[in-house]
Amino acid sequence: MPILSQDESKKILDKILGFSSADHCTVALGGSEIGNIRYARNNVTTSGITSNISLRITSSFGKRSGTVTLNELSDEALKSAVGRAEELAKLSPENPEFVEPLGPQEYKEAKGFFESTAKINPDFRAQAAMDSIEPAKAKGLIAAGFLEDGVYFRSMSNSKGLFAYRKGSFADFTVTMRTEDGTGSGWVTRDFNDITKLDTAKASSIAIDKALNSKEAVTLEPGKYTVILEPAASVGLIENMIYSMNARSAEEGRSFMSKKDGETKLGELLVDPRINIYADPMNDEIPTSTWDGSGLPINKMDIIKEGVAKNMFYGRYWAKEKGVDPVPYPNGFIMSGTDDSLEDLIKSTKKGILVTRTWYIRSVDRQTLLYTGLTRDGTFYVEDGKIKYPVKNFRFNESPIIMLNNLERLGKPTRIDGNLVPPMKINDFTFTSLSDAI
Amino acid sequence: MKNGLNRRKFIQMSGVGIGGVMLNVPIFGNNVSASQLLSPINIALKKKMSDIALNTATSKGASYVDVRIGRYLNQYIFTREEKVRNVTNTESFGAGVRVIVDGTWGFSATNDFTENGIKQAAEQAVAIAKANSKIQTEKVVLAPNVPHGTTSWKTPLKKKAMEVPISEKVELLLAANAAAMDNGASYINNSLFQVNEQKYFASSEGSYIDQDVHRIWPTFTVTCIDKESGKFKTRDALSSPMGMGYEYMDGNDSDKIAGPVEGLIFYNKSYDIVEDAKNAAIQAKQMTTADSVEPGKYSLVMEPHHLGLTIHESVGHPLELDRVLGYEANYAGTSFATIDKWKAGNFEYGSKIVNLVADKTQTHTLGAVGFDDEGVKCKKWDLVRDGVLVNYQAIRDQVKMLDQDESHGCCYADSWDSIQFQRMPNVSLEPGKEKYSVDDMISDVEKGIYVVGRGSYSIDQQRYNFQFGGITFFEILEGKITRMINDVAYQSNTQEFWNSCSKICDENDYRFFGSFFDGKGQPGQVSAVSHGSSTTRFDNINVINTARKI
Repeated sequence: MPILSQDESKKILDKILGFSSADHCTVALGGSEIGNIRYARNNVTTSGITSNISLRITSSFGKRSGTVTLNELSDEALKSAVGRAEELAKLSPENPEFVEPLGPQEYKEAKGFFESTAKINPDFRAQAAMDSIEPAKAKGLIAAGFLEDGVYFRSMSNSKGLFAYRKGSFADFTVTMRTEDGTGSGWVTRDFNDITKLDTAKASSIAIDKALNSKEAVTLEPGKYTVILEPAASVGLIENMIYSMNARSAEEGRSFMSKKDGETKLGELLVDPRINIYADPMNDEIPTSTWDGSGLPINKMDIIKEGVAKNMFYGRYWAKEKGVDPVPYPNGFIMSGTDDSLEDLIKSTKKGILVTRTWYIRSVDRQTLLYTGLTRDGTFYVEDGKIKYPVKNFRFNESPIIMLNNLERLGKPTRIDGNLVPPMKINDFTFTSLSDAI
Repeated sequence: MKNGLNRRKFIQMSGVGIGGVMLNVPIFGNNVSASQLLSPINIALKKKMSDIALNTATSKGASYVDVRIGRYLNQYIFTREEKVRNVTNTESFGAGVRVIVDGTWGFSATNDFTENGIKQAAEQAVAIAKANSKIQTEKVVLAPNVPHGTTSWKTPLKKKAMEVPISEKVELLLAANAAAMDNGASYINNSLFQVNEQKYFASSEGSYIDQDVHRIWPTFTVTCIDKESGKFKTRDALSSPMGMGYEYMDGNDSDKIAGPVEGLIFYNKSYDIVEDAKNAAIQAKQMTTADSVEPGKYSLVMEPHHLGLTIHESVGHPLELDRVLGYEANYAGTSFATIDKWKAGNFEYGSKIVNLVADKTQTHTLGAVGFDDEGVKCKKWDLVRDGVLVNYQAIRDQVKMLDQDESHGCCYADSWDSIQFQRMPNVSLEPGKEKYSVDDMISDVEKGIYVVGRGSYSIDQQRYNFQFGGITFFEILEGKITRMINDVAYQSNTQEFWNSCSKICDENDYRFFGSFFDGKGQPGQVSAVSHGSSTTRFDNINVINTARKI
């Protein structure tokens, strides 16, 4: 029941709009079925399934709005909910930033739903966990992992005739392998829309190798190093940078994109000219939503092109204030690279540090976009093109802007947390202290 | 799901103040009208539905069953400057059934609150447990728990926040915004979070527990931009989230604590948001021209609103037994405070004056409840006594690994559809036993920094290495505060840090800091927890300068 088709959704949304007597009415209907399995100490620890459906109705009179939601779809419940939303709207204060709902829009049909993922059952998840635990046991390692999968649909409609629908599926897998004596740790992550692409045994073998190879880590002094960042090591910093490209914050003077007196760095060279970051909801490897929560179409767009900031993100109110088109946040980004493999990057390195992933990234200074965080689950010293030995984890203090200005070389992008990110070699990456954590 | 630029994940990563530029917070459940937040669910119905789940799962082979019927109500108000941006009322209602079959957990949750819906959830929980039991080698064993029969608990409060008219709350927030803008703020984002958990717990062991839990958190971020330089600084509220009603907003003079710098006022059991917003604007403006810190070794004097988060990260999390044992290895991490260190009985977690206690019974705290989410009565216990590690935080299915036969009562789930697991209780630093004020402490410091408020924080996955910032910093030279300084962060190692603790102010300075949205687990869950302390001194701590140019 929670996953409705486009026609089923439209029928319900139209019915609700028919009950409305407000100036404007916007309705969003969604549902999901999500299952998971979690394991640790080579045993399943928790596992569950949840299903839910939600309906949100927003009514407005002038600049006053009221919202209710419910999870019942009977005519009586729908009529009552519309009535409550209208009553709330009349009681609410005026919102000076109110913007009328959008009229009909054209959307590309989103990709990203796979029947294979919808068919997952508890036995499948148990097997996926076993395929990860068994090879760990065979190598004397301890596995802790998590697989979450689900299907969902989202739809919205309003009294101006807008209608949007999409459905999707996802499967996210992570596993950490640790040696019994706690001196080695490895990790891997995989995320797909189509579960048939996930091989938990194959993915786990990477984490196993990293755990075994990270034992007896050597201490290196903190300082500035050439680093080879696997996609999981840089994605957090880049995501933070993109999210900080909000136009309103920049134009209000409180963002790394701000200059003095309301001017911004839009259109300026921000990072190395070899950096290209864009969004494309129709990309086959990372299909994402073609519309946002306000109904704005999300199309292919440049974020950074040849190092230049090409777009900031404008909500509808701020865009209207500034007389520009709104620019919605995308649900994923693509950073271009080359055909070089991670191994190619390692081979080309005289001296450097290979970083598997970064962890606990926190903002230190919003003006310079300085972040701190740590390396984790596989940090290695590279010399003369070869991985020489594991090293202790470092704490870094670095800005993605400085990092992307210190670019030496990019590799081939791979999917990571719903984005496409290449491995990259960066000079003068700033490690400020050592961590004993493994 | 990992949708690339996932907003919830972004909040977890960014450390941007909740009241700050990004107005995205974890909002669970559905929006409802304000009037719906006030009517409770019939208790006889909850018992009847629980019995259906208990009987169904037991008849299908479960050796243990618990049911949580939850109604989670929130009201969040967001304002900026003279505008109300959003008032959000949310409700989430449903039931979660947890079972043990063949020594394996299974869980299923449903929002279909009908006899058939509950029955199906119980059956599905059993089916999941059976599927997983095939690969299970470590069977679940629960510590004994005394059945409590039919009982209840409520947060002690004077004014239910949900019953206060929205107009009154909005008026107060806008008055605070005006106070900030009148005193030099460029912007203010001001929010009020109100939470009510109506939780019903029933187990196959004979407990039927009804609890009504309330929490409140007013918080803001004031931004001041220096037009000359284009430099901007922010100062967050010095409020604490509390396990209280709207009486926290009363701002009684008796609950104010004057800091050692003019215009620096802290708050205890009630909060004056208008006064704090005014002070925030003045201080944010000062910050735009304050000097940058000289890196080096300093004595750090930390006030409770700052020290609370340091306790949370460097004591609360590493002493969670599930982390220590490896259950959180794939996400939050493990812990340096391993079982062998505890067993040795002489592991010096801190200096001899350091006493850290876990306590879920302290009135007005975020962690205070009568019973945890597996029906265990809450209590107080020592974690570190006279500097030595003496215990952890554990729940029913893990405490046996400490050769203890009683759960510590710190099991929690953030929703009816989340699986309950070990969460941090209130963890607090006991005040110093001798009479000793903040002024006394500052006058004893030769070269130091007085650190105020919750800032940037990051710690490794075993809780050794950390880096924390604050909101405002003041240089101390030869026993006196000399000037405000900027760009301060300190880096240390947990054991070294707590062993450098040299003085703790007395109980007159003791107050609570709180974390309202603490994240843990897969799938991620939030919880709320308080940390009490008095102003405390740590010597010879490494301070770095965080200023950069881009």
